[in-house]
Amino acid sequence: MFADVYNKTTEGTDLGEKIAVSMRNITKTFGSVVANKDVSIDIRHGEILSLLGENGSGKTTLMNMLSGIYYPDSGSIFVDGKEVSIKSPKDAYNLGIGMIHQHFKLVDVFTAAENIVLGLKEKGSINIKRIAEKVNEICSKYGFEIDPYEKVYNMSVSQKQTLEIIKVLYRGANILILDEPTAVLTPQETEKLFDVIRSMRKDGKSIIIITHKLHEVLRVSDRVTVLRKGEYVGTVDTKDATELSLTEMMVGKKISLDIERPEPDDPKPRIKVDNLSCINSAGIKALDNISFTAYSGEILGIAGISGCGQKELLESIAGLQKTLPGSSIVYTEPETGEEKQLIGKTPKQISSLGISLSFVPEDRLGMGLVGSMGMTDNMMLKSYKNEGFFFTQRKKPRALAEKVKDELEVVTPSLQTPVRRLSGGNVQKVLVGREISSSPTVLMTAYAVRGLDINTSYTIYHLLNEQKKKGVAVIYVGEDLDVLLELCDRILVLCEGKLNGIAEGRKTTKEEVGLLMTNLQNGGDTDEQK
Amino acid sequence: MTLSSFISLFQAAIVFGTVIMFGSIGETLTEKSGNLNLGVPGVMYLGGIAGLVSVFFYEKYTPEPNQLICVILALASSFAAAALGGLIYSFLTITLRANQNVTGLTLTIFGTGVANFLGGSLNKLAGGVGQISVPYTSDAFKFQIFGSLSSSSFGKLFLSYGWMVYLAIIIAVVMQIFLSKTRKGLNLRAVGENPATADAAGINVTKYKYSATCIGCGIVGFGGLFYVMDYIGGTWANDGSIESLGWLAVALVIFTTWKSANSIWGAYLFGLLYWMFYYIEGLTRSSQEIFKMLPYVVTILVLIIISFRKKKENQGPQSLGLSYFREER
Repeated sequence: MFADVYNKTTEGTDLGEKIAVSMRNITKTFGSVVANKDVSIDIRHGEILSLLGENGSGKTTLMNMLSGIYYPDSGSIFVDGKEVSIKSPKDAYNLGIGMIHQHFKLVDVFTAAENIVLGLKEKGSINIKRIAEKVNEICSKYGFEIDPYEKVYNMSVSQKQTLEIIKVLYRGANILILDEPTAVLTPQETEKLFDVIRSMRKDGKSIIIITHKLHEVLRVSDRVTVLRKGEYVGTVDTKDATELSLTEMMVGKKISLDIERPEPDDPKPRIKVDNLSCINSAGIKALDNISFTAYSGEILGIAGISGCGQKELLESIAGLQKTLPGSSIVYTEPETGEEKQLIGKTPKQISSLGISLSFVPEDRLGMGLVGSMGMTDNMMLKSYKNEGFFFTQRKKPRALAEKVKDELEVVTPSLQTPVRRLSGGNVQKVLVGREISSSPTVLMTAYAVRGLDINTSYTIYHLLNEQKKKGVAVIYVGEDLDVLLELCDRILVLCEGKLNGIAEGRKTTKEEVGLLMTNLQNGGDTDEQK
Repeated sequence: MTLSSFISLFQAAIVFGTVIMFGSIGETLTEKSGNLNLGVPGVMYLGGIAGLVSVFFYEKYTPEPNQLICVILALASSFAAAALGGLIYSFLTITLRANQNVTGLTLTIFGTGVANFLGGSLNKLAGGVGQISVPYTSDAFKFQIFGSLSSSSFGKLFLSYGWMVYLAIIIAVVMQIFLSKTRKGLNLRAVGENPATADAAGINVTKYKYSATCIGCGIVGFGGLFYVMDYIGGTWANDGSIESLGWLAVALVIFTTWKSANSIWGAYLFGLLYWMFYYIEGLTRSSQEIFKMLPYVVTILVLIIISFRKKKENQGPQSLGLSYFREER
């Protein structure tokens, strides 16, 4: 509904001379995945445009086509009214377009100045002094600080970002694209960045900010363009927008999927998580004081913008993630009611406690299966320790592979065919099939239907429901809100590593979950709403 | 050790060192682009045999061979053949994104095979093993530009060598300046450190990788040429010593912490360590081999030390050994 209204207001209006860049009917696919479909956006001179959307909505891909990293499959790009073809980052620079990527494109062992002049076609040898002067000039104009002689590996994240912005400005860019610029900054640093951005706008530059943080969109931008699942939804003036209206545009209308959802039968606490915190490999607190309970016979959904702690949460339970002191994960034995602490145990120790925990990780061929091995050998990965003394026994795994292949209708030339060569859906079936074959009491899945077609997705939903009916505590990390809303009994929403609320799957709305995902309540709401 | 035996050890070290210095400088250039070329021994072989074959025929079919033409012909064909080896490697690893280690090792086997095949054929043409001789060319290569000053001890130590010894030093210095001071050098280093960054900065990653690898290999080829023309005096030896020298050159790159200026003394040090056994009395054959190991032991020590110190400037290029594909997701 929003799409229709806003399309009318922006497209077809005559803003000819004010428009800096216009992207028309851009489509880009990666293999069978459509990253952008028929997207058209405009960026005016001297404005801050927010490009808003969930992860995977195609924001970064779209901007990568403007900065020459990708080349669109179809569609056209106009800069100052002239049609251009941007084949490489160099072309983009020549057109005055510069992008500050989420993962900084800096050479660690170079100084700031060396990074700035990298790739420039200036004459003569490198005159660091002259570069430093020009850098200082830019710094004082827009209000940042940097030491041109500092090595990048000694810099803080915010310094690196400053360096990236200077690098782009040094090349005379008039259109700056910032990809999730605040994701790595503290609130104070964010404030400083916004001041810089505003002073660049005053200077007549166009700034595009890719983000999914609503409050920042509302604070800093002039207009907001929303993408959803690779498609253009609409553009609004920020002054007319509210968090609610933007969330609705972002998540879209509820689509009915008719996924079966049986009532939980006799739910009992299975996994109780208390004050779970952990630090990820980048040294950032990935999980902050999470407490919840997963019950037997229910599907607990986990929603959140990607990278908000979902991976760490599942890996903590599976014994793969080091947790901070004070964290507690207690497993309750279904038969005896005996409670077992899982913190500090390796996956092997957990399984030797007699706990049957199954984990379908996000990275199927990285963590889940061995791509170059066939189905039989992949089945064996989980059980080879129990079978045979010196030589491996293939009889039982082969039977299991046969069973998985028949029951889940895995399409493969043979059980020996490397699973890497199967399609995404079949790989997922092999993985899920193996995991549920060990009759787990807890089943955790991360993005179980990512990249799968509709039919296979329904097969997976059905398998999860089967497990649920058997009294398994199913934890389902998902990205599609429509699925979460129809499949899960409860939906736990993570936001920036904090628990932002738990919604009742049958009562909640898409907007409510969407808001919980993008809008952190004060310090995170850790009360269970059961 | 007497003075004269020290001088002869030193001389052996310098001549030996020059072979691996060429190898190490060329490989440094290649590795700075992020290509770990383990085909150095093969490329050295290619450079050596191409130089030898071309002048062999030139000398055979020309009544009065011109020494300048001999030198130019040898240098050009050696560089071209070695660069062709580099081109094969580049095409496989950069364009087809094949595994660099496997490709490099294959190139070593390929280069060794081709060179020994041609060397064997040449032996036959010349009338038997060890019968190949290119007197005009090897004379020209052994020409000592500072020969007139080499009578004193100092002269014997430093000035009594063929001109390629000094060429190696010059190339090492020029390479160092190129890599650390020029724009192209900066761009090249960026390609090896972080190709995605270089690409985003508008640097043609593919072009830099190709050029650095092919030119680097060309310089490596000079090592083989020097070995053939000066070290063994213009003939062909099917004994596999070029191969072991090639591996030492790869080790030397690490030893020098990817700075070609360091290879000037590093190569000579390797030479000293390698030939030391010859001047220590009472060594058996097996204990000689232990001494020949010393350059590798030193390389391992250097690796341990730089890993401990964790100084980023002394590490190899960050994306060494990785292929780059822009649209990778």
